[in-house]
Amino acid sequence: MSTPVIEISGVKKIYRMGETEVFALRGVDLTVTAGELLAVMGSSGSGKSTLMNILGCLDIPTAGSYVLDGIRVDGMSRNDLADLRNRKLGFVFQGFNLLPRTSAVENVELPLLYDRTARWTNTRQLAAEALERVGLGARLEHQPSELSGGQQQRVAIARALVTQPTLLLADEPTGNLDSRTSIEVMALFQALNEQGITVIIVTHEPDIAQYAHRVIEVRDGRIMKDHAVAAPRSAADDVARLDAEAAELAAGVTKEAA
Amino acid sequence: MKTKSLLTMAGGSILKNKMRTMLTMLGIVIGVGAVIVMVAVGNGAQTQIEAQIKNLGTNLIVITPGSTAAGGASQGAQTFNRLTIADADKIKSDATLLSAVSPVIVTRTQVITGKGNWRTEINGVSTDYLTIRDWNVTSGSLFSDDDVNAKRKVAVLGATIVKNLFPDTDPVGSQIQLGHVPFTVIGVLDAKGQTSSGVDQDDVVLVPYTTAQDRLSGMTFLGQILASAQSPNDMVAAQEEIRGIMRESHGLLGGGADDFTVRDQTAIAQAATSTTSVMTGLLAAIASISLVVGGIGIMNIMLVSVTERTREIGIRMAVGARGSDVLTQFLVESVVMSLLGGVVGLAIGFGGAAILGHVMGWSTSTPLIAVFVAVGFSAAVGVFFGFYPAKKAAALDPIQALRYE
Ligand SMILES: Nc1ncnc2c1ncn2[C@@H]1O[C@H](COP(=O)(O)OP(=O)(O)O)[C@@H](O)[C@H]1O
Ligand SMILES: [Mg+2]
Repeated sequence: MSTPVIEISGVKKIYRMGETEVFALRGVDLTVTAGELLAVMGSSGSGKSTLMNILGCLDIPTAGSYVLDGIRVDGMSRNDLADLRNRKLGFVFQGFNLLPRTSAVENVELPLLYDRTARWTNTRQLAAEALERVGLGARLEHQPSELSGGQQQRVAIARALVTQPTLLLADEPTGNLDSRTSIEVMALFQALNEQGITVIIVTHEPDIAQYAHRVIEVRDGRIMKDHAVAAPRSAADDVARLDAEAAELAAGVTKEAA
Repeated sequence: MKTKSLLTMAGGSILKNKMRTMLTMLGIVIGVGAVIVMVAVGNGAQTQIEAQIKNLGTNLIVITPGSTAAGGASQGAQTFNRLTIADADKIKSDATLLSAVSPVIVTRTQVITGKGNWRTEINGVSTDYLTIRDWNVTSGSLFSDDDVNAKRKVAVLGATIVKNLFPDTDPVGSQIQLGHVPFTVIGVLDAKGQTSSGVDQDDVVLVPYTTAQDRLSGMTFLGQILASAQSPNDMVAAQEEIRGIMRESHGLLGGGADDFTVRDQTAIAQAATSTTSVMTGLLAAIASISLVVGGIGIMNIMLVSVTERTREIGIRMAVGARGSDVLTQFLVESVVMSLLGGVVGLAIGFGGAAILGHVMGWSTSTPLIAVFVAVGFSAAVGVFFGFYPAKKAAALDPIQALRYE
């Protein structure tokens, strides 16, 4: 379990806005090994999303080196980055980012269609299976507007894992969800992590971070803290407990009424 | 990306905006439709004129009495400037660029059979006449040189006369009277229909010019002389040659204006054809402007579409679409849209041409090549006007596209 999936060192990102320069990342070193479930915390504007976008090969750092799964990423062409995103990465956004007026199964199928290695034959079937894995086997033909926030995020997660990526990146995946649905989504990430996928989740909520195995804290473009969580909570257990409490409450209400 | 998924994808996004797609396509529909109608009408006119030229005869040269020079009035014919058999004979013997020469004596009289009468035009001609006019006999034959020399009373009937006087029988061998003179029918002419000016070309009887002169008109003068040049290239030289012979024959070598006119009807008709073909081209060119306007419409909509779908482009790039994938997608969309418009325009163009032809009584015909050109052109419009927006989409930065509100 010690193979590094991610190795970055000295990564800087500077945005130039006219005269002024914004230092979004001021030199970040980070190593993530295979099978980790990592939470990235930090206040708003600290550089979490910038870091995630660079890790996700969506953005290019101003300086520093990045090796993803043994592949040197910095200096790659736009096309190679696109292929790398397709083959190795799954990305989950805060705002779901599903194609509107497009069914769930078509949304999930999308990454398979952009594959250039001819790995996938029955893309529609694979997409349906991925949706089943996130518990949406009965919602294949629903459009995003016909799904709840939690369900939409599940579709997005299915889309991220359908290509069997090495790394799953999620930028505030629970940011738009209520607390219960958030825990459900975290249970899904924990389950996927147990199946061997390396997961990195950005969040500014400590409640969410407690489900990770390791937490790093970003402040002002630098990693300030990096510690392992001694005993991570199980999101699945929390969901079960919430269910039990709700059942008790409902029973209580019925008793009072009787 | 597979062609099939590209097409379903393009079809999907086109269908998601039905109204907009239809309005965008309308530009191309109108453009292609207009081009097809214009070409059909122009082409039809041209075919009609060409058919008429063919009816005129091969390399036809017409010599008529009187001058059409200054003033335009041809007083000569009424006085002393006339065409004679001698003129026709001299042209036939002296000219080197002509393949056939025939005098034409025109007179009108009654055709009388046992069943009825028919007033018609009698043309006294030589055996060259059919060659010159490019006419054929369907039954029997034309008279021979022997008949001409012997001034035999033989006649070849036009189809209209046969239809009216011999509705069910083959007239060859029957006896008829032209005026008071009995003639034997020896042939029937092919039906040719009307000329552009509405003259029935089949309402005619051909007889040897010698017989006509002797028995029917009593005139020694000719209405006209017809001649055929050996080839279309000889037309101008042949007319000059005829003019020289005629001037000599009429004693005009010392000077003086021509007292006859040599005309080339084919040239006039051919000028008409080329005028129509220029008109057709012009109409098609004007119509293709609307095709270009339609293309600009597509470009406009595609640009709006790229802006509107910036986030979609970002999503596609995030899951692994290359710039070229996005470019192809938008290009396919604009080409599918313009091709669809082209095909609908084609159908409307054909329908419109048919209706126009029916209502206005014009003959219309669309060459097959116009179909390919129209479809090819609308696809080219799609590529040309779709390229810039597609290029713009492909060049987007994934992160900025994803952040786009
Ligand atoms: N495209 C950009 N142009 C200019 N500045 C940016 C851009 N993206 C992010 N920044 C700046 O970089 C810093 C880090 O942003 P971000 O990574 O989005 O923070 P977080 O996700 O932790 O809230 C912020 O100060 C933000 O204003
Ligand atoms: Mg952020």
